[in-house]
Amino acid sequence: MSTPEYLARRLLQLVPTLIAILVVVFALVRLLPGDPASAILGDRALDADVERINREYGFDRPIPVQFGIFVRQVLTGDLGDSTSLKVPVAQLIAERLPITMLLTLMAALISVALAVPLAFVAALCRDRLADGMIRGAFQVGLSMPVFYLGLILLTVFGARLGWFPVGGDGDGLLDLLYHLVLPAITLALSLAAVLMRNLRAAIIDVVDADYVTFARSKGLRGSLVLLRHVLRNALISTVALFGLSIGTLLGGAVVTETVFAIPGAGRLMVDSITGRDYPVVQGLTLALAVLVSLTFLLTDLLQAWLDPRIAR
Amino acid sequence: MSAPLLSVRGLTARFRAGGREVTAVDDVSFDVGEGEVLGLVGESGSGKSVTLRSLLRLLPSGARVEGQALWQGRDLVAMPDARLRRVRGGAISMIFQEPMTALNPVLPVRVQIEESLRAHTALDRAGRRARARELLDLVGIPDAARRLDEYPHQFSGGMRQRAMIAIALASEPRLLLADEPTTALDVTIQDQILKLILDLKDRLGMSVVLVTHDLGVVAETCSRMAVMYAGRIVEQGGVREVFASPRHAYTLGLLGSVPRAGTERSALRSIEGTPPGLAAIPPGCAFNPRCAFATTVCREVRPDLSPRTPGHLAACHHSDRVAQASLAA
Ligand SMILES: Nc1ncnc2c1ncn2[C@@H]1O[C@H](COP(=O)(O)OP(=O)(O)OP(=O)(O)O)[C@@H](O)[C@H]1O
Ligand code: SF4
Ligand SMILES: [Mg+2]
Repeated sequence: MSTPEYLARRLLQLVPTLIAILVVVFALVRLLPGDPASAILGDRALDADVERINREYGFDRPIPVQFGIFVRQVLTGDLGDSTSLKVPVAQLIAERLPITMLLTLMAALISVALAVPLAFVAALCRDRLADGMIRGAFQVGLSMPVFYLGLILLTVFGARLGWFPVGGDGDGLLDLLYHLVLPAITLALSLAAVLMRNLRAAIIDVVDADYVTFARSKGLRGSLVLLRHVLRNALISTVALFGLSIGTLLGGAVVTETVFAIPGAGRLMVDSITGRDYPVVQGLTLALAVLVSLTFLLTDLLQAWLDPRIAR
Repeated sequence: MSAPLLSVRGLTARFRAGGREVTAVDDVSFDVGEGEVLGLVGESGSGKSVTLRSLLRLLPSGARVEGQALWQGRDLVAMPDARLRRVRGGAISMIFQEPMTALNPVLPVRVQIEESLRAHTALDRAGRRARARELLDLVGIPDAARRLDEYPHQFSGGMRQRAMIAIALASEPRLLLADEPTTALDVTIQDQILKLILDLKDRLGMSVVLVTHDLGVVAETCSRMAVMYAGRIVEQGGVREVFASPRHAYTLGLLGSVPRAGTERSALRSIEGTPPGLAAIPPGCAFNPRCAFATTVCREVRPDLSPRTPGHLAACHHSDRVAQASLAA
């Protein structure tokens, strides 16, 4: 299979995924206890309002028709209005989701930047002091709850030392990035620990592989052997793990945004659930699910690029 | 014989295994002359691969190598890393036992040849491309221009072995360490690869250390041979002398099923019993539990590898009895 073919096939696989996401999100609101209208309006809704909502949302129509309407709305970007904030859900998502995406992206980059070099050091000094120290430090990081770690960073680097703001999203992109540093580190550490552990094991596995010894037998420099022959092969499984961790990372973003008072999609989700703002919950769930499946696609493509046996 | 190209003395390789140290190669000495093909034979686990790998210090970290390997007056075992790198893949190249695992699965064959050219020649990009193609042609890979951009998994076993040979030849080495280059291949391909190596040896004037399980191959292609058992060389000499009158009981056993003319292929004859594990090498002669000639001295004193006739060495207390038995057979 050629690379374009692989790409086409992988894109095609996205279609059933997206359909499944639509079905689940559609069912979500309809499976909530009570009828959807009172779910949207709350327990103490007036009958007249319930009827109005039923008509407005088409809840009185047959289910397949309802699904058709829902899909058409989603495709035209109409996700309904927030019941509590009285603004279009699409607009809310457009405001809040980019912040979360940025936070997650920063966290992902930080965790890779930490994990790759440290995994190398740990693997090459296997069972010696440096290895033990790196693994010990990450073990501590891994066993600490995200909110606790966030609070520590916030207290030390935010409040005590004053190096970073203690919360909020700042003014403009640069200031936003600055505000996201501590939260991103908070979010990054546990992923960094997981990636480091996986990559360390993979490097140890690969470093004595026949093809690495053969590469050494050609008289290549040690650094070239490590980067071209060891790292690339070791990364294959770590990239897969990275892709699978994106969901967890987004979950962590919810907690982190709460601790650092960042008005991102995570906070919005929490607020909407507690406020029973179902249109927002529905729209946001949809957006996050699409985001996650796109990330899966990206990591798959990255993996295929690293390992030609997958795509070719 | 003029001064040897490579002179190995007392080569010893140890691994740490399960908290204790085991000796995989023990006090191995041999010479390789200019243009010579030296055969290295022995059962699985006898230390052939470790011997070759320790010459270029390719063992995993944690392994210890001692002894000397003199190459043009310099000791490979003690040489600084930077200098050794120039020898590796430069003057001395190695081809591995397993073509299926020795090529990097995620890099195109071109990259794996060109990086070797980059390390050892002054060729520019275009020069390396052209040379990589020539090398694939040289080792008989058809449609070389296209195949260069393919990955190892797109090559058959035989083609991978050819590609590995092409890589090993990239810098026109003077010595080729060939570690069972045909064992992993189909029988029909084995002959082709062997012929290729010998043909290239003649054309490029290389010396070869040929590790093999196949005594027929040794008889056909080698001038001298060394037999390994449990990490030691137990017999060494001219192929004709060793075949005619082996002086170690293990060699005698190996030769038992090989036709004297040496034209027919035959794997090492299986000898009763199994070779000892590295952790439990018997005292005295390591072969004694399996040896029909063994006496008390064999169980107590380790025999030295010493000349029995000029140029023919054996490490056996009863080499004369062995020689007589082989004549009687
Ligand atoms: N990295 C290692 N760590 C520990 N022991 C090792 C290592 N590599 C090889 N050995 C041991 O060294 C001994 C010699 O192995 P070697 O690979 O040289 O055998 P061989 O003669 O090449 O056998 P074969 O014909 O199967 O290739 C074996 O007992 C093997 O288990
Ligand atoms: S030394 Fe003894 S045990 Fe070893 S091969 Fe010779 S006769 Fe057999
Ligand atoms: Mg071997």
